[in-house]
Amino acid sequence: MAIGKGISPAGNADASSPGGGGAALPEASTRGPASPIEFRLDPASGVPTYLQLVQQVEHALRLGYLKPGDQLPKVRDVVASLAINPNTVLKAYRELETKGLTAGRPGQGTFIEATLSQVALPELTGLRRSLLGWLATADTAGLDEDGIVALFTSVLRDFHERRGGTGDRRAPASGATEGVA
Amino acid sequence: MNVIEAAGLGKRYGSTWALRECTLAIPDGHVAALVGPNGAGKTTLLNLAVGLATPTAGTVSVLGGTRPGSPAALDGIAFVAQDAPLHANLSVADTLHLTRNLNRRFDRGYARARLDELGIPLTRKAGKLSGGQQAQLALTLALGRRPRLLVLDEPMASLDPLARHDFMATAMTAMADDGVSVVLSSHVLTELERVADYLVLMSRGSVQVAGEVDDLLASHRVLTGPAAEAGRYAERLAVVHARRGGAQAHLLIRTNGSTDPVPPGWEAHPVSLEELALAYLREPGAASLPGPVRAERTEVSP
Repeated sequence: MAIGKGISPAGNADASSPGGGGAALPEASTRGPASPIEFRLDPASGVPTYLQLVQQVEHALRLGYLKPGDQLPKVRDVVASLAINPNTVLKAYRELETKGLTAGRPGQGTFIEATLSQVALPELTGLRRSLLGWLATADTAGLDEDGIVALFTSVLRDFHERRGGTGDRRAPASGATEGVA
Repeated sequence: MNVIEAAGLGKRYGSTWALRECTLAIPDGHVAALVGPNGAGKTTLLNLAVGLATPTAGTVSVLGGTRPGSPAALDGIAFVAQDAPLHANLSVADTLHLTRNLNRRFDRGYARARLDELGIPLTRKAGKLSGGQQAQLALTLALGRRPRLLVLDEPMASLDPLARHDFMATAMTAMADDGVSVVLSSHVLTELERVADYLVLMSRGSVQVAGEVDDLLASHRVLTGPAAEAGRYAERLAVVHARRGGAQAHLLIRTNGSTDPVPPGWEAHPVSLEELALAYLREPGAASLPGPVRAERTEVSP
């Protein structure tokens, strides 16, 4: 994700946001209509295009690139830069709206409404510990790293399917797998 | 509204049927991809829809019931034929002039602004432009007519990757700005996979698969499991295409909407559009077509 203009309209890039690196600091004065984020596509990922856009917004929220009040790139701009179907962008933006993360303002665009809270730290520690335990078991059973990733991905997909579709708020975002791979 | 609707449509050249028993309804507000191997009948279908050919059998209408070739249809549809035909000896400016005089409606301001953005010089002869620029010029002329439906026959066959991207960006921007519907053909599915949200798969002169891409992907999956059990499940499931090794088999199945349970010991995978298309093309007997009555589902782009 390019950080073209990483300054939120609210003011300076604050140091407290996790991962909000200082790459864009010198541009504090250029506060154009542009969105803080820029989408990119990974054609080889196998993830549907609209879902890639949804996941990138969620990811940017988690990392602090996007904050409430920020504007998402305009549909036309996304279409022009990625050469994709406008319906795909609209679908992604609808999905984000359904999740309560964004709201459309007629004639203006789509804006961030909410933040994505990260899992609370104590929970994260516990999850991490149990995952480590599971990994040790898998290792003892003779699974190598690729085998572990394959198994995890397969189980994650089953889990996801059983929950029914992508409409779920806690659908497996990219962040969930990164911890393992 | 359906931008192209056909019922029992057929076209025969001499003793050869280029298109047979074609029944389909492409809804508006979509990018519809007409995909199939060379000789599948794509160009014939497009020519019939834009009024460059007349049916031997059946009927075809465009833009919600208009007869192809009628003044209303000609005004509402812009067509770019294969290889973006242009008069090589005319300058870009003269080409604009000609196009304006040959059409009832032509937005010269739009066309000039587009060409300016693309850096295509007005004084250059069309034949001296690069392949990508020629394609962009042809597309600009088509969009300058302010159509409701843009029909592109193999638009990107001769373009390099960057030119393809820019060409598609121009077409998609027109869709976002003006709500133009797009129908385009290609024998390479992958170049359309990112843009198409409606798929018409053709082979040997007939339509094999037609539907919204999301619906098609949701209603198909691949089951992977022991080859020995494949035959048993193949009887119960709607198998489109099966690939068997000595021990392992892959079944591409149509689920018909129900989420039937995966057989024990089998793994289910979602399919990609390319996988789905290849499976059908390898099984000319298999078809996935919507029923005769389609629910109106229009997606409006701003």
